[in-house]
Amino acid sequence: MLSRTAENLFWLARYTERADSMARLIAMGSRMAMLPSAQPEDDWRSVALASGAQFEGEVPSDVAGIVDNLILSTENPSSIAYCLARARENGRAVRTALTMDLWEALNDGWRYLGGVPRARGVQELPAILDWVRRYTARVFGAIETTLLRGPGYHFLHVGARIERADMTLRLLDVKYYVLLPETEVVGGGHDHSQWISVLYATSARRAFHWSYSGDYSPWKIADFLILNRLFPRSVAYCYTEISEHLDELGRLYGQRHRCHSTASEMVAILEDMEMGEIFQDGLHTFIEDAIARTNRLSGQIQSAYHF
Amino acid sequence: MFNEMSRDDGSIRAAYAQVAKWIEETGIERLKGRREEAETIFRTIGITFAVYGEGGDPERLIPFDLVPRVFDATEWTRLERGINQRARALNAFIHDIYHRGEIIRAGKVPGELVWRNSAFCPEMIGVDPPGRVYSHIVGIDIVRTGEGGFQVLEDNCRTPSGVSYMLENREIMMRMFPELFRGNRVAPVDDYPGLLRKTLEELAPPACNRDPVAVVLTPGPYNSAYYEHSFLADQMGLELVEPQDLLVEDGRCWMRTTRGLRHVDVIYRRIDDDFIDPLTFRADSMLGVPGLMSAYRSGGVTLCSAPGAGIADDKAIYVYVPEMIRFYLGENPILENVPTWQCAKADECKYVLENLADLVVKEVHGSGGYGMLIGPKATEKEREAYAERIKADPADFIAQPTLDLSACPTIAEDGVEPRHVDFRPFCLVGKQMRLVPGGLTRVALRRGSLVVNSSQGGGVKDTWVLTE
Repeated sequence: MLSRTAENLFWLARYTERADSMARLIAMGSRMAMLPSAQPEDDWRSVALASGAQFEGEVPSDVAGIVDNLILSTENPSSIAYCLARARENGRAVRTALTMDLWEALNDGWRYLGGVPRARGVQELPAILDWVRRYTARVFGAIETTLLRGPGYHFLHVGARIERADMTLRLLDVKYYVLLPETEVVGGGHDHSQWISVLYATSARRAFHWSYSGDYSPWKIADFLILNRLFPRSVAYCYTEISEHLDELGRLYGQRHRCHSTASEMVAILEDMEMGEIFQDGLHTFIEDAIARTNRLSGQIQSAYHF
Repeated sequence: MFNEMSRDDGSIRAAYAQVAKWIEETGIERLKGRREEAETIFRTIGITFAVYGEGGDPERLIPFDLVPRVFDATEWTRLERGINQRARALNAFIHDIYHRGEIIRAGKVPGELVWRNSAFCPEMIGVDPPGRVYSHIVGIDIVRTGEGGFQVLEDNCRTPSGVSYMLENREIMMRMFPELFRGNRVAPVDDYPGLLRKTLEELAPPACNRDPVAVVLTPGPYNSAYYEHSFLADQMGLELVEPQDLLVEDGRCWMRTTRGLRHVDVIYRRIDDDFIDPLTFRADSMLGVPGLMSAYRSGGVTLCSAPGAGIADDKAIYVYVPEMIRFYLGENPILENVPTWQCAKADECKYVLENLADLVVKEVHGSGGYGMLIGPKATEKEREAYAERIKADPADFIAQPTLDLSACPTIAEDGVEPRHVDFRPFCLVGKQMRLVPGGLTRVALRRGSLVVNSSQGGGVKDTWVLTE
């Protein structure tokens, strides 16, 4: 496989996953802004900061600003429209590596967001976010149901999981440093509802209930999002998948690289770790370290396969 | 005007019997509805051509007309012989002018027309490409002006495009109208990609000592024909590479893969001569593979088509193709040229300037329907301006009579109406000649228009060759 093809597939998946995560994050903001305790300006500003996006001028603090910058903008690299256009562009550059189903999923309706005016974006926000999730689900569905399990399949998965692990980590981090106003006590009422919001942003509220029977302690939520091996957006789950797909690539090519050991080390760390330890050393320190590791891993993968 | 489907007395030609019946039975309203359906399919599959930098939709559809254009077996047999003959002569000509130039010594083609031509590539002098093939895919644009009157309008020896439409138009017609194909004996065209791959692989360079690896080289997704590049690579099962994926080392060409470097033996390049190799051609080019030309010259890799092949499809050289056929093959041309006046010759130039209102004037190096003057359609002012251009540089222009192109029934707003068409078959030249029974029919969708180029409001049709 051409190195450029591997690179395009890797980014195709990352951008698609990023659009999907962004849709979930905005859905969370929309829900927070509807709560009786809502302080809409703070809530939307939190979403803007949690997105990790850069903004020209002020950080948006209302729904119109979010729709403009994080959904419809064709210039902001964090916006959904931007991510979907990049995902399709990456796919178009490697059409011979895609199945018809996958290409059609990427191509069908990719212009949709371009035709949505801002006012309609605000008014029909939930419908638009649903559309984004349907679009990305169709792309990932086409990968699962039609693609050969060759190198391309594994590059797609590695890209998607790295992006997702990164997003979950950043959400958790933001929860601590952005979502929580300084005057608020950890464990207070507002704190509580924000932890729940984090569950919403990862579409995990019900899954959390099934696993932890309704006890919303920050401890358990963090445990769920970092160490739980059954939850598909947890860091541990993502890393297990990254490591497995890298192993498959290693087997197909008969060669292992630095990235293989970096990924399996992280899997081992997450396996041995208890939430108590993480909180003891500080959640933020742990997250910072994990984000740095994920970046390093991404770089190692690119150099291992000559991107 | 020659109507492809019906004679002057209104009777239907045999080849079109079933098509005429189908049009009648389906009715114009349903046909229009199905046309929209076809467009949706094209859009979903992404069969578009890219137009960047003009504003508007960057990825456009070429309008597809549902009514097929039909050749019967007798017509096709003659076309096939004529096309093969022409493709052989064109390749012989290119070989000759980069070697001894016999045709020039014999006084049949003026030397300055070749040597001073911008399409002439001095780097190719003395190079012997595998099989002596320079133009591996020859696209010959053919028009019809009467019952038996087929004429060649233009040759395309570099990288003619449009073959993906031949294949996709057929796929879509078969998907949408299976009943139309039943009992109609339409010859299939779908082995084209297989034949193209065979053609590429049998011309592997001398340095290749195992199963040859062929690739398709594209400038990238922003090229207008990118869809076709990816489509052909996919259909042939070959890698679609961009220049930055290739490099030259030890006189061989390699591609960068996830497992390191891999050999490349044959490159079907869809990229202009100028951008092949910045060391040989344009040093300012960001495209291109440094050293590729030297690897090619030393037999380390085959380029399809060969650099400098464009000398044979130059409009100034076109006039001499019938002469080439007689000179190299000792045969009489089966397909005629369109009568052409060369403005480079003083007496012919005078005639052209005096008769501008009746002629079509083209730039010698132009393509795509740009920069031409259609005398009868132009205003007095436009003609005067164009005349000044001709006088300034006569050698840059040729003129032809306004052809009465044949017309084929086409779906229009108010019903099925005749529209002018031309035809481009794709002849493959390897160790043998291969021609699939079909090609690309282009149609001028505006009433009365003679311009079929997709950049100027033209569309495409499926092309049928009926078997006996």
